Amino acid sequence: MDLFEYQARDIFEKHGVPVLAAAIATTADEAEKAATTIGGKVVVKAQVKVGGRGKAGGVKLAENPQDAREKAGAILGMDIKGHTVRTVMIAAAAPIEAEYYLSILLDRSNRTFLVMASVSGGMDIEEVAHTAPEKLAKIPVSAVDGISLAKAKEIVAAAAFPADVADQVAQVLLKLWDVFQGEDATLVEVNPLVKTKDGKVIALDGKVTLDENADFRQPDHQSLVDQDAENPLEAAAKEKGLNYVKLDGQVGIIGNGAGLVMSTLDVVAYAGEKHGGVRPANFLDIGGGASAQIMADGLSIILGDADVKSVFVNVFGGITSCDAVASGIVQALELLGPKATKPIVVRLDGNNVVEGRAILAKAAHPLVEQADTMDGAANRAAELAAK
Amino acid sequence: MSIFINDASKVIVQGMTGSEGTKHTRRMLASGTKIVGGVTPGKGGQVVDIDGHQLPVFNTVAEAMSATGANVSVVFVPPKFAKAAVIDAIDATMPLVVVITEGIPVHDSASFYAYSQTKGTTQIIGPNCPGLISPGKSNVGIIPADITKAGPIGLVSKSGTLTYQMMYELRDIGFSTAVGIGGDPVIGTTHIDCLRAFQDDPETTSIVMIGEIGGDAEERAAAFIAEYVTKPVVGYVAGFTAPEGKTMGHAGAIVSGSSGTAQGKKDALEAAGVKVGQTPSETARLLRAILGR
Repeated sequence: MDLFEYQARDIFEKHGVPVLAAAIATTADEAEKAATTIGGKVVVKAQVKVGGRGKAGGVKLAENPQDAREKAGAILGMDIKGHTVRTVMIAAAAPIEAEYYLSILLDRSNRTFLVMASVSGGMDIEEVAHTAPEKLAKIPVSAVDGISLAKAKEIVAAAAFPADVADQVAQVLLKLWDVFQGEDATLVEVNPLVKTKDGKVIALDGKVTLDENADFRQPDHQSLVDQDAENPLEAAAKEKGLNYVKLDGQVGIIGNGAGLVMSTLDVVAYAGEKHGGVRPANFLDIGGGASAQIMADGLSIILGDADVKSVFVNVFGGITSCDAVASGIVQALELLGPKATKPIVVRLDGNNVVEGRAILAKAAHPLVEQADTMDGAANRAAELAAK
Repeated sequence: MSIFINDASKVIVQGMTGSEGTKHTRRMLASGTKIVGGVTPGKGGQVVDIDGHQLPVFNTVAEAMSATGANVSVVFVPPKFAKAAVIDAIDATMPLVVVITEGIPVHDSASFYAYSQTKGTTQIIGPNCPGLISPGKSNVGIIPADITKAGPIGLVSKSGTLTYQMMYELRDIGFSTAVGIGGDPVIGTTHIDCLRAFQDDPETTSIVMIGEIGGDAEERAAAFIAEYVTKPVVGYVAGFTAPEGKTMGHAGAIVSGSSGTAQGKKDALEAAGVKVGQTPSETARLLRAILGR
């Protein structure tokens, strides 16, 4: 889960990373009040989970509370790369002398953690990595050892931070490691980390990505979920414990196992090329134990998607047996009754496939038809969606 | 022959007394796996009867190993306790630990992987994987045993159900070993580890490699194939139509920026001489064409 800047800022503050005073506002009134409380010049910053907001006009300096009100009024409701700005952060303005870059992330390729540090911060770090790789220090961090003070000093030296900020940056690194480990983050990025005119090192902007697998030991993270941004179908699926992602096509997909479902999306998209360009409408993995209830939940989510014109149920019975899946489909259709209105193509293979196919054949539901192969079923589902 | 496991593998089940552990211990026993006991901290000393097999339960992996001679552990412990279970196995110098558990925080898996590397005595497969099977010899994990038989194909895949699908497509030819390495961002055994083992295994004559979007494991595997593998390899990559920035079930299967796309992986594999199918069934046909069957 990616956090908003203000959420990252709050987490930084909680772990002792130096940040500036700030408050959030969802109206111009609130922005004016926040600016009054903070005092002096403030920066009004659009809260969107996408880069390039500065260029899009989503970050403005305000001279006084009245100005903050006007700037916030202009930024709220703005569309930045498809993201509507619903919240702004009002932050104290700081006179900046230098901009640096720091991040801690999971390095998948090397199966370790990695710190990236640069004295050329502020701009797009991918650009720095590309055009001047020598300016970006990359230091692996062992998941067992973490970042000690000695390690932090090693990183500071490798990135050639100036002597007058070296100790402060090392301290920030230790605190950022607390954030990374303590919050089960997979990315903690500060860009820019600034030196102010009075010589203080402060995290001016932050990006944090949290590992949802760790929710069981991070009860506070639930409150960080952005309810407004969630697609209503995705929110409903999440409530039922289903792994669902809304896509932009017309063929609803249900399958078991993430890899097989991804493969199903591809096969449907290929088949769709021959049928007016129809595409998969969603990703839905019902997992190993496909009970009738899970199948009913899954089908009702998909049939609740107005874009869906046909449904493809693709199950390979491994641990799950096909007869259980078939019974699940039949019971799901009974549960849904008249709410089930779209044709459903079912492909079953694997464990107890003969019994499974027989159950569907016996039920003879008018919306359900069976196919022998994954490719054949995808083709038929695409054809039905194109009608 | 086979890779990583064989008919002499003695397997213990960490978390055997839990519901998933018991269910899959039963299935592994039914497919001929030599299960010699289980580990559940606090339940040491009990004996569990699973379909007539009297299986001793131990408090630690070290106790289980010294009492039974086990050389493989399979982990069904819930995410919350998985790290402690794997660390216990590493401390006992268990040679092979297969972690089936899904949903382990990545800080925990990065930690036990790093720990295994510092010790240097344990190979980890997974986490979040279906395990591995050498049909007729040993089945460690949750892969259905009755899809296919022993044969000359080696298979490595991140995904469970795609593994089953591919085994099913090629069920008349059979497999030396099929390994599901898992879909998490940090995994203990990679495509490359399996490719090397298959290349070195005299019984394996051809290899199927299944990848999916996210990371650069397939690109690295392609470079390794070009350098090391002389046996024919066919490949399949899932996730061509996955949008950027969305997690598709596997925590690792997320496309970010221009890296990790299915097309990039396909191109890299083809440049290494691997024939890549557009669908699982086309991939199976490509392998059949190579084998002439």
